Amino acid sequence: MSNMTREQTETLIEEVLEVYPDTAKKDRAKHLTVNDPSIEASKKCITSNRKSLPGVMTIRGCAYAGSKGVVWGPIKDMVHVSHGPVGCGQYSRAGRRNYYVGATGVNTFGTMNFTSDFQEKDIVFGGDKKLDRLIDEIETLFPLNKGVTVQSECPIGLIGDDIEAVSKKKHADTGKPIVPVRCEGFRGVSQSLGHHIANDAVRDWMLHNRDNDNGFESTPYDVTIIGDYNIGGDAWSSRILLEEMGLRVIAQWSGDGTVAEIENTPKAKLNLLHCYRSMNYISRHMEEKYGIPWMEYNFFGPTKIAESLRAIAERFDDTIKEGAERVIAKYRPEFEAVIAKYRPRLEGRKVMLYVGGLRPRHIIGAYEDLGMDVVGTGYEFAHNDDYDRTLKEMGNATLIYDDVTGYEFEEFVKKVRPDLIGSGIKEKYIFQKMGVPFRQMHSWDYSGPYHGYDGFAIFARDMDMTVNNPCWDNMTPPWLKGAGASSLAAE
Amino acid sequence: MPNVMLRKSAQGDLLFYVAKKDLEETVVSVETDTETTWGGTVELADGSKWYVEPISPPPAFPTTLRFKRA
Repeated sequence: MSNMTREQTETLIEEVLEVYPDTAKKDRAKHLTVNDPSIEASKKCITSNRKSLPGVMTIRGCAYAGSKGVVWGPIKDMVHVSHGPVGCGQYSRAGRRNYYVGATGVNTFGTMNFTSDFQEKDIVFGGDKKLDRLIDEIETLFPLNKGVTVQSECPIGLIGDDIEAVSKKKHADTGKPIVPVRCEGFRGVSQSLGHHIANDAVRDWMLHNRDNDNGFESTPYDVTIIGDYNIGGDAWSSRILLEEMGLRVIAQWSGDGTVAEIENTPKAKLNLLHCYRSMNYISRHMEEKYGIPWMEYNFFGPTKIAESLRAIAERFDDTIKEGAERVIAKYRPEFEAVIAKYRPRLEGRKVMLYVGGLRPRHIIGAYEDLGMDVVGTGYEFAHNDDYDRTLKEMGNATLIYDDVTGYEFEEFVKKVRPDLIGSGIKEKYIFQKMGVPFRQMHSWDYSGPYHGYDGFAIFARDMDMTVNNPCWDNMTPPWLKGAGASSLAAE
Repeated sequence: MPNVMLRKSAQGDLLFYVAKKDLEETVVSVETDTETTWGGTVELADGSKWYVEPISPPPAFPTTLRFKRA
């Protein structure tokens, strides 16, 4: 638990808000709160999914980032065309480390950048013909692609191109799914609407493609992993646990995913949802249309993994329930050894998180397994249903901040003095220069996987490596340390 | 007149979900909930009331219906 009382945390928030002009202060105050786990509905204490104030430093993305970068991008055997000027695709290319298996440029295209590279004439005369030509070119150069998605950048919506018409025409020509996605960056307040638009595009253009095709032989144990983007191999370390307990994973959405997997998803018996924020829409749709139930799970840290495996097994017969127990027992010596090694080194350290999607609440269990306390958490682009789920996970009187600004986050860190911050690349160097250990929790700081039992071992090692790194003792240069301080040679 | 998705929760309660409003609440009471008809004024756990024309035979959940504010 946080060592700050409710009053102290409230005072801290007021102090931080003090510098804003009145209107900004009034607005930002709604996004910062002190946690009270007994509150059921988060809308009583926090406002979320609102437009960021002009002038503050926000780290949100755009709808295009949510669709191309998160939901569609990892589907490996499709070509995702960044339709518009070249920059949006090029500067986000391969940045999310969605791992996949395949020969890039032959049958998989995950780390490549495809763009229609809009010039002035395309803005003036429209880019539909260019898109038409571009899809032909893709067919010639990359004949093994299984489909194309057209990820709109801002100008497409502004100039009113009819990408749907082009997509329908090219679908008739090629027979492959060609999916127009209206994810122009200006839509919505953050990447969150991009997730929704991308989900709707899957629903409207792809999900039903094999509804009348009974070629797929399903078993009673078919499940899918939804909302796992295989960052650093996360989906793989989740998948093996499900397979070891006797289930059959028939689709991964969308990390290391394929067109065939997506089209076969309606044949599953249960959808397992990891990132609720980005894929609850399609899960709800499948529940309504195909009657496939869905459930959320959490594969961070042994406590939550065991809870989740048992909850998943509850939905199946006794063989799967035994399977779940067998998997937990099998990995027990492994994760107990990890905890025995790292817990003494990390016990009682304080962590502040500021990430997106599911991590600000899902990772809390993993830190608690290592004896660390999460004293503050917040989301870039969450909605109230995410905060509903977060309030219960967090300790009493801890800080919760929505769409936190650069200034607020720095001030919170200066006052709370956490031992570790988990956030993204844009925060990393600011906090490292302030002398606070930092891990990127979007990309696992180029490490990973962090999901599953295998991932927990890597997670624990990484946290120890960061928190107990000897460099943090050298923040004061030797000539300022004063007499008596002498450096010790490494052992 | 939002599109509302109605689904059963794991506990068996009826959930009232409006995607555009991030509203997900438990339904506490339904005006008409019989073998033959379902609908009328629906009251949620947060106290708000919504109305849908009674449907017969009752719909199978999950389903999407258009509600009005009651």
